[in-house]
Amino acid sequence: MQQDKHQYHPQQGQSRPQHWFRKGAAAAWPICLGYLPVGLACGALAQQAGLPFWAVGLMSILVFAGSAQFIAISMLASGASPVSIILTTLIVNLRHTLMSSTLAIYLQGVNRCFLSLFAYGITDESFAVNMTRFRTGEWNRWQALTVNHLSNSVWVTATTCGALVGQLIPEGALGMDYAMTGMFISLLTFQLQNRIFILTGLMAGLISIAAYLLIPGDSYIIIASVGGATLGYIIKRRSRKKT
Amino acid sequence: MSFFDYLLLFSGMGLVTYLPRWLPLFYLAHRRLPQWLIDWLSLIPVAILSALLAPSLFSDAHPRCLHWGKLELLVAIPTLIFSLKSRSMGATVLVGMFLYWLGGLFL
Repeated sequence: MQQDKHQYHPQQGQSRPQHWFRKGAAAAWPICLGYLPVGLACGALAQQAGLPFWAVGLMSILVFAGSAQFIAISMLASGASPVSIILTTLIVNLRHTLMSSTLAIYLQGVNRCFLSLFAYGITDESFAVNMTRFRTGEWNRWQALTVNHLSNSVWVTATTCGALVGQLIPEGALGMDYAMTGMFISLLTFQLQNRIFILTGLMAGLISIAAYLLIPGDSYIIIASVGGATLGYIIKRRSRKKT
Repeated sequence: MSFFDYLLLFSGMGLVTYLPRWLPLFYLAHRRLPQWLIDWLSLIPVAILSALLAPSLFSDAHPRCLHWGKLELLVAIPTLIFSLKSRSMGATVLVGMFLYWLGGLFL
């Protein structure tokens, strides 16, 4: 029988679900703060493209993928066929296979119902937040699930509101546009454990810029993360052999 | 488009979004992963974060070209230092937003 390695230990004090929820919510709020302006903008764009507000909400519930939704909206506006929109969505979201694989390390032996529910909320943002906490060992799967679903509900609300009132909000209010960037910067610093990680980050960044400039579309994210991680891995093995 | 058209389109999009998130987790979580894969995957988060960030700090989107000294980059430097010192994500996000807003006023 496989055991759930990340079970919560009651002797560590508070073990109630409310406590997990509070911990999860405390970790999720920067994501929610970032999703507000992005979601409002997404909804406002959709409304301009002729989507009714309920369609925006429906899309956010069924798809829950920020960049893919932006692309789908602009494709709908230019009259693209549903098949091409779905194919583009697939390509844009293929990067999540990497995140899903990485999360599997920390969800070993967890039941498949939970995994299926958890998979729905794997985004760039929830992945980065959950991985950082899983790595320090102070995180359990219920807290991670809270992060996923809280950010999802904010995303659904923000995009739907954007479709209703998005036109009324001034652009760039209060530096909101920087919320996501600030969060990624902060999460990046948490990942820099030693020289190998710093090198991997630098190489992934360089590859990403090069691929971004040379190749249209969103493939630069996958190319740079696979390329950067592979180079980092090779360097790590080389340096281990020498010592 | 009717309700049914939207439902069909979004269900299709939802399916191709969900599968890449679900399949690896569903299978790998019940398998003993080889050490090399764990080592490689441990470098994925830092690589993905860098890959997501770098183009937005160093290049323009329409059209795509290199751009040195963007406000995003100028704000990123103090934000990064603040994050290294404070180790707090919430505070870092707020500092980044404030500096970006401030920079927008002057530049």
